Amino acid sequence: MPRTGPAGVPTRITQGAQTAGGIGESTLRPDGILKVTGEFAYSSDLWHEDMLWGHLLRSTVAHAEIVSIDVSEALALPGVHAVLTYDDLPADVRTYGLEIQDTPVLAHGKVRHHGEPVAAVAADHPETARRAAAKIRVEYRELPVITDEFSATAPDAVLVHEGRTDHHAPYVSHPNILHRQPIVRGDAAAAAERADVIVRGEYTFGMQDQAFLGPESGLAVPEEDGGVHLYIATQWLHSDLRQIAPVLGLPEDKVRMTLAGVGGAFGGREDLSMQIHACLLALRTGRPVKIVYDRFESFFGHVHRHPAKLTYEHGATRDGLLTHVKCRIVLDGGAYASASPAVVGNAASLGIGPYDVDDVDIEAVALYTNNPPCGAMRGFGAVQACFAYEAQMDKLAGELGLDPVEFRQLNAMEQGSTLPTGQVVDSPAPVAELLRRVKAMPLPPERQWESSEGADVRQLPGGLSNTTHGEGVVRGIGYAVGIKNVGFSEGFDDYSTAKVRMEVVGGEPVAVVHTAMAEVGQGGVTVHAQIARTELGVEQVTIQPADTRVGSAGSTSASRQTYVTGGAVRNACALVRERVLEIGRRKFGTHHPAWATAELLLERGKVVTDGGEVLADLADVLEGESVEVEREWRHRPTQPFDRRTGQGNGHVQYSFAAHRAVVEVDTELGLVKVVELACAQDVGKALNPLSVLGQIQGGTVQGLGVAVMEEILVDPVTAKVRNPSFTDYLIPTILDTPTIPVDILELADHHAPYGLRGAGEAPTLSSTPAVLAAIRAATGLELNRTPVRPEHLTGTA
Amino acid sequence: MRVSLTVNGRPQQADDVWEGESLLYVLRERLGLPGAKNACEQGECGSCTVRLDGELVCSCLVAAGQAEGREVVTVEGLADHAERRRTAAPGVGLDEARDWRPVPGDGTRLAPVQQAFVDAGAVQCGFCTPGLLVAADDLLAQNPEPTDADIREALSGNLCRCTGYEKIMDAVRLAAARQAEEV
Ligand code: FES
Ligand code: FES
Repeated sequence: MPRTGPAGVPTRITQGAQTAGGIGESTLRPDGILKVTGEFAYSSDLWHEDMLWGHLLRSTVAHAEIVSIDVSEALALPGVHAVLTYDDLPADVRTYGLEIQDTPVLAHGKVRHHGEPVAAVAADHPETARRAAAKIRVEYRELPVITDEFSATAPDAVLVHEGRTDHHAPYVSHPNILHRQPIVRGDAAAAAERADVIVRGEYTFGMQDQAFLGPESGLAVPEEDGGVHLYIATQWLHSDLRQIAPVLGLPEDKVRMTLAGVGGAFGGREDLSMQIHACLLALRTGRPVKIVYDRFESFFGHVHRHPAKLTYEHGATRDGLLTHVKCRIVLDGGAYASASPAVVGNAASLGIGPYDVDDVDIEAVALYTNNPPCGAMRGFGAVQACFAYEAQMDKLAGELGLDPVEFRQLNAMEQGSTLPTGQVVDSPAPVAELLRRVKAMPLPPERQWESSEGADVRQLPGGLSNTTHGEGVVRGIGYAVGIKNVGFSEGFDDYSTAKVRMEVVGGEPVAVVHTAMAEVGQGGVTVHAQIARTELGVEQVTIQPADTRVGSAGSTSASRQTYVTGGAVRNACALVRERVLEIGRRKFGTHHPAWATAELLLERGKVVTDGGEVLADLADVLEGESVEVEREWRHRPTQPFDRRTGQGNGHVQYSFAAHRAVVEVDTELGLVKVVELACAQDVGKALNPLSVLGQIQGGTVQGLGVAVMEEILVDPVTAKVRNPSFTDYLIPTILDTPTIPVDILELADHHAPYGLRGAGEAPTLSSTPAVLAAIRAATGLELNRTPVRPEHLTGTA
Repeated sequence: MRVSLTVNGRPQQADDVWEGESLLYVLRERLGLPGAKNACEQGECGSCTVRLDGELVCSCLVAAGQAEGREVVTVEGLADHAERRRTAAPGVGLDEARDWRPVPGDGTRLAPVQQAFVDAGAVQCGFCTPGLLVAADDLLAQNPEPTDADIREALSGNLCRCTGYEKIMDAVRLAAARQAEEV
């Protein structure tokens, strides 16, 4: 078979002078050219001589006992090399999980959700593997399904996990409640007495999917020492490693992990998917095994955003000041824990939004159900709450007869404000200013579909379907703002590691940056090169492939990588610079007194004094030597939230974004066209303005998606997923997407490297409620759920 | 079965192709051209878009056998293809074709639309990029001065989950502007 494929070789990315640039510049992606020529090796592109294809058999029911599994027919199929079930697992450890190890690698005795992996097959062609999986006979005895809070907490409810021993179990009132976090501050009941207006609302947030385009995939290659090398698309190599090795019965140093090209993540790759299965099959067959999910399987292969039911009560005085907030947020965690406990902490602590309220009574819980497991997705628990509290703010403003933006500004938190958790916000919190900026942006012209030649239907609701020429189309404008924490919270040791080397190659000083950071598209590799260039004064930077030969970088999630791994790179660079200067002093110190006396910098390939005098070329200093440093780096520590009161300095940093949505609605057919979605966001410091813009616009559109189209539909009776395909689960196309003007504010957070503020998630929060607010403004309807569907707008639901 | 086709101007052969294999599978797994991407394999996302005898198709929906004897252009051939469109260069011999490898990153000649995607920041994870490039290149070949509505219409079959599309719009506008300057 002729083949030019990359054969498991990860991509080493060199950035040349063509893309030079330090921090603050819109340096181009070092992997951009590889990606536009089709040469970038994504995990599903990997190929190995002699490789087999793996495939998983998944349960067809949501909750059942497994009576029997018969793999004999599958094994007998020509081309099949292995079929594995729970009984074939090699070690005592047979489950995994991010915080609670409750997820079976292959189902054991029971399946707890539709699509749970039951068996794994390796064969010589993907079609053989699929056919073999279809020949495995599984007999199920169905159990009642738990699908909501009512069925989960009924006194006689079937338990999703019997005999729970996790650390949350002793604190919950029912074993089907996975975790509960109350936050009580002040006296909400007493404060309610002072309220002139009280509004209440119940909100439903649908189950969203990350829908990254690159399917879950990877290649496991057995190694001669009995270990295995996994090339994989993931968000956190070391977290995967920690969960994989025990199940394989191997020490961690026999499981090598290299990041393969990642086609998007958005939280969906925080949990394991096919990692262990590929390794098991490779170790069993002694052959490299590649697994690539198809889109159908991808919908079962990763956790989703928690659907939620949210109940809110807000009060305010006549002059527009919030008196109190009471809320209850119920998140459906599905069958396994995944990141649900941390999502609960976020939903609770950020549950009232970026507003000053002294008296709050908040409760967030996550349930165990037989619905698909939910976990991390961009915005992580803050998204659902933002949708609800922003609707409430509009309702209150309406009751008080105040402008919704002014009302928000009146109550906006600022630097020095105290969160419901008691934590003081000790960095800029420009909430009122972001609202002011987004409101000040010019509005798109009215009736822009009209041109001299008549109506351009492409600009109208319904678009090319040509459903209207503008009659019955009404416009609405809505605003929202949100607060998102940056980094892992609640006392998590959220460190990162970077190795930086400086050497001379071809007469030029070169910096080599090696971290285990997962580049998932966010552009971390770009800023690492920018940081190295800025700190070390070199043009040439090589980014090594991310792998487990260097210490953990933590997860590419929670908007944390530029902060944490960027910080690690910066600090490693600072040490490299010191060592380089030491070498310089040793070699040339006698030539010029400034070596001993002046503040020395590395700039444009030279050692210079702070007065700008050139002392030496870096190439001469490093001649015959190289300097390499590996360092861990930590941000300020955080604390867990008190189990009863929710008090504690739980977060590292916050990020804020505000949106203004302009929509046009065809009220007859219930079709929505989002005309514009403007955003203002504080990013602390834009290390790469072009990338920051891309993050804000991308996040904004994910929020737009959940507002008007995205939802995984789970049958309420059977708990089966109804729409696991891109035909039925809709994500915004370029036609559904408006222009997204962005106003970037840079108010430095002095605790963060370069003053930066994690940027990727905040825009996903406020975009959804802004679109909803605009649709409400256009139609006068209440609309308390996402996504809004035509039937909700036409009253035919 | 054996499938013979011309890919990016080079005659190619794939042997032992199963009946059910798609053109996408043959390109990626048998011919070593992983540029066309496998995001849905259902004709919904456009990541696998290639040209088949000059027509845009989702290669995941084309049975391998249907490509017999036909001409395919993938993202790997886009630069060549764009260049050929400009200069109408002759084809490539079989031996040369067998030897052919995608040229590595540095110093690669790019089609204008490829360069524009890099310059405009239209690439994040990049998984949608090959399909978008083939579609955008086709748009610009047919309509050198597209309006925004034209661009949106032409690219509406290509999903991107990362960029929010704004930078993709910028990239296509940029490529169109540069193309206009060249003429
Ligand atoms: S992979 Fe062909 S259209 Fe999605
Ligand atoms: S850049 Fe990731 S899907 Fe488009």
